[in-house]
Amino acid sequence: MGLVQIGRHDKDGELDVITTTLEKAVNWARKGSLWPMTFGLACCAIEMIAAVSSRYDMDRYGAGVFRASPRQSDLMIVAGTVCRRMAPVIRKIYDQMPEPKYVIAMGSCATSGNIYDSYSVVQGVDRFVPVDIYVPGCPPTPEALFDGILKLQERIMLKRVFTKQPDQVKA
Amino acid sequence: MHPIAERIQQKFPEGFLKAVEWRGDLAVTVARQSLHEVAKCLHDDPDMDFDYIVHVSSVDWPEEEERFEVVWEFYSIRKRHRIRLKTRCSESDCEVDSLVDIWKGADFMEREVYDMMGIRFRNHPDLRRILMPDDYNEGYPLRKDFPLQGKGWRDTFEFLNERQ
Repeated sequence: MGLVQIGRHDKDGELDVITTTLEKAVNWARKGSLWPMTFGLACCAIEMIAAVSSRYDMDRYGAGVFRASPRQSDLMIVAGTVCRRMAPVIRKIYDQMPEPKYVIAMGSCATSGNIYDSYSVVQGVDRFVPVDIYVPGCPPTPEALFDGILKLQERIMLKRVFTKQPDQVKA
Repeated sequence: MHPIAERIQQKFPEGFLKAVEWRGDLAVTVARQSLHEVAKCLHDDPDMDFDYIVHVSSVDWPEEEERFEVVWEFYSIRKRHRIRLKTRCSESDCEVDSLVDIWKGADFMEREVYDMMGIRFRNHPDLRRILMPDDYNEGYPLRKDFPLQGKGWRDTFEFLNERQ
């Protein structure tokens, strides 16, 4: 874990002492059970599915419990081309997610619209939903998605839970 | 000439405009006024027997006077032959007969042509947009004079303002 200091390494059944801050403990719990919401819109969804299944196993990072309902999830992975007609749906689903909530824009389309500079394709989900992590690639490999999730976990650890976030620290 | 094209020419000497056969594909162009009766004949005549509608599409030729071309593809499951039927219309009067009363499957495909190219289908039971939203008012996106990036709709998110 890194943040928690364990008193004794030779485990003999005796009670150990853990010292940490409450803030770190809460953040650690949050980052270790990210429940993502399935939001596959195009071919990136195939890589997202591959990342969840047994070969790559996203559950190792605590982010494998994919939910079909926004009310049970706290991470939205927008995977694929976002058409303008889909935009209000994405925003509504984002609004339905309980706090704290995070968004990963997976792939070039969700990040910037990719080559689809057309009348119907939104040039990036960040136009109407705040995005925490951008994962580049067309489509990104499962490893790239994991990199995004690990970076998101790093950022969750930097967040303040009980005190106000200073303006200098944009986490 | 292809026997099917010959038969159409015999039955509709005025409606028949031209027939092109290229690598085994037959394409027949007919006048807009006789489109519906030619289509009816293709469906009902036992020698034609085109019982399956494959596709409805449209082409924009901006330089030509009769600018729009509507293209139907038909296939006969029993006789295993196919035909491509074309007709032209101008921008000021872009309305052609709907073929939904002959092939029910034409319904959604004609709606798509209307949505993307703005060609109206006479006697269509439910001519609404199908891919774009009903209140989309930028025009018809697949016309050649439509700007590639649209007219701003893709970047306006009115639902963001509704939530204060």
